[in-house]
Amino acid sequence: MGLDIAFWVLAAVGVGAALTVVLLRNVFRAALTLVLCFLAVAGLYVTLSADFLAVVQVLIYVGGISVLIILAIMLTREVQQGSPSNRLRIPAFIVAAAFAAVIIVAVINTPWVVSTTPPLEPTTSALADKLLGEGGYILALEIAGTLLLAAILGAIVLVREK
Amino acid sequence: MSVGLEHYLILSAVLFGIGLYGALAKRNAIVILMCIEIMLNAVNIALVAFSRFITPTLLTGQVFAIFVIVVAVAEAAVGLAIVISIFRNHETIDATNINLLKW
Repeated sequence: MGLDIAFWVLAAVGVGAALTVVLLRNVFRAALTLVLCFLAVAGLYVTLSADFLAVVQVLIYVGGISVLIILAIMLTREVQQGSPSNRLRIPAFIVAAAFAAVIIVAVINTPWVVSTTPPLEPTTSALADKLLGEGGYILALEIAGTLLLAAILGAIVLVREK
Repeated sequence: MSVGLEHYLILSAVLFGIGLYGALAKRNAIVILMCIEIMLNAVNIALVAFSRFITPTLLTGQVFAIFVIVVAVAEAAVGLAIVISIFRNHETIDATNINLLKW
């Protein structure tokens, strides 16, 4: 019962914050509501008993990416102009609404085989086993590390003064 | 009716739709990147919901969500670096005016 209330509150906050990101004209305020949306998603991870992912979400999105976005907004000084829509606003709305509607219809009409097993808690050691253990995702993890290194080097090269 | 898999998937679809609309309709390049982050978060909600309700002990969906977060961080860093670089050279980040690669 408590989980249900938490889900509805977090879902309302998340969707409302995402809508304000899209609708607000002030880019800086849009970035702040984006942080609220990330926090609501972290809470949703908690209701899904994914404790490690919730902490990762708070650390990386709320702590890292939002700071990066706000820094980029301040460096580009386009807060006054706001975020107007382009000519394709109405077709974009139709495409997005149709896409969401198709997915919702597909979700409702699919007979999901829901397992009744209680979820693992805490998930941290199990996730470490999956990522680093025998027969896990160690190769993908190494490739992800290489990707991050390449992304950091690329970002430094792109923003360096000539 | 208690909250189940469908609720999380519908919420994920709604968030993805909002992000898709923003990414298609906005002119500020930074707002487009923010909307892409919303879309990636929506996908992560769907992955974690599948992991919780379909295979609660395997955690494969959560591992996938971690990799999605890694790629999202790389994309945000490089994307914002490109936006700042474009702003330095052209004094604008209006996506309708950035048409260097158009012929």
